[in-house]
Amino acid sequence: MDHQTFGGEVTFPHGAPTDESKKRIWKTTWILSAITLVELALGYWIYIMHKDPAFNQTLVYFLKGIIVILSLAKAFYIVSIFMHLGDEVRNMIMTIVVPLLLFVWFIIAFLWDGTSWKNLRNDFAPKDPIKAEQVDHSGKHEEGHKGGLK
Amino acid sequence: MDLSVCVFLTGSINRTYTLKTTKTELMANAVAAANTKWWSGGKSPFNMEYGKLMMWYFLMSDAFTFGAFLISYGTVRMSSPSWPDPNFVFQSFPFLGNGLPLLFVSLMTFILIVSSVTMVLAVHEGHHGNKKGVVKYMIWTILGGIAFLGCQAWEWTHLHHEGAWWGSNPFPNADGTVASSNFANFFFTITGFHGFHVFSGVVINIIVTIMAWRGVFERRGHYLMIEKIGLYWHFVDLVWVFVFLFFYLV
Repeated sequence: MDHQTFGGEVTFPHGAPTDESKKRIWKTTWILSAITLVELALGYWIYIMHKDPAFNQTLVYFLKGIIVILSLAKAFYIVSIFMHLGDEVRNMIMTIVVPLLLFVWFIIAFLWDGTSWKNLRNDFAPKDPIKAEQVDHSGKHEEGHKGGLK
Repeated sequence: MDLSVCVFLTGSINRTYTLKTTKTELMANAVAAANTKWWSGGKSPFNMEYGKLMMWYFLMSDAFTFGAFLISYGTVRMSSPSWPDPNFVFQSFPFLGNGLPLLFVSLMTFILIVSSVTMVLAVHEGHHGNKKGVVKYMIWTILGGIAFLGCQAWEWTHLHHEGAWWGSNPFPNADGTVASSNFANFFFTITGFHGFHVFSGVVINIIVTIMAWRGVFERRGHYLMIEKIGLYWHFVDLVWVFVFLFFYLV
């Protein structure tokens, strides 16, 4: 069986997969693992920085931005290589990718709205009566939650 | 979302039995693939089997569902004056104790990456028509899925013992104030929805592995069903990339 055919369609336009494609699978595996390790290293960096109360907030945002970009790279490799979307007909790729561009607007609009809501509340109702957001002076939580296993 | 699943399932049933491909047809298509005049009629312009195409569209709609969840989480988090620190909440590892942020979730992430790799290897064996290889890698994929679900069950149980559940969040905000239950609500809803995807993926993987083992796909002459469930499985891995990112890392 050289080709995958189905009802007269060639479902694998680049001919029979060779050892080349297996090599590509392993290469992608290493790339994904390496990116994940870098992400974890950056995550630990942020964790260590947070231990100092006067940590550099700008640097934390910068590191978080890098982690987001690295995750997008991971998503690209999974979809393009593991799901073989990169090997499909261009028009087909476009029917998947173009609708997903809506996310650009979704993300900007909704996060913007969330930030704006916080700012408006801080400006106009700084003493928000929602108890949950206030510092708890009741003494009930004096010890504070230790977290973790008991 | 449900509609596309139905279309995908019925489509693959109807068309499975209309296989008739001659050698000349095959070669003609190989030539057509090189010329790529996809819209001149007589062939599928997307060069893709119906069920597989519908799987792609189902996954796109599912991406919007997960995207809606994650964006609403982001919106609520942005609108909150402060938010619990993930490194404080997720700091435990079975048998190793506390103070180990990111460790357990890295294990879960690597389990899912490895099971994604074994799945792509199963698809690869399917292209070669190698039944034994398909079954072998599918079993590894299923084991990876079960291991991931086990990890998630441990984490949920552990957090539940801490007092976290829908509507209750014991963890303080990063600035020391008492947090609302938003954090726990989003965490359990989104990881739960993802875990349910993993669970259904494992079930479907078991079904198609049994089908492959019994030679159903060998008789059909192709392993397209493995490709389709493979797409779903990779999508589950893809979603985890973002759950990992937004709940644990940033």
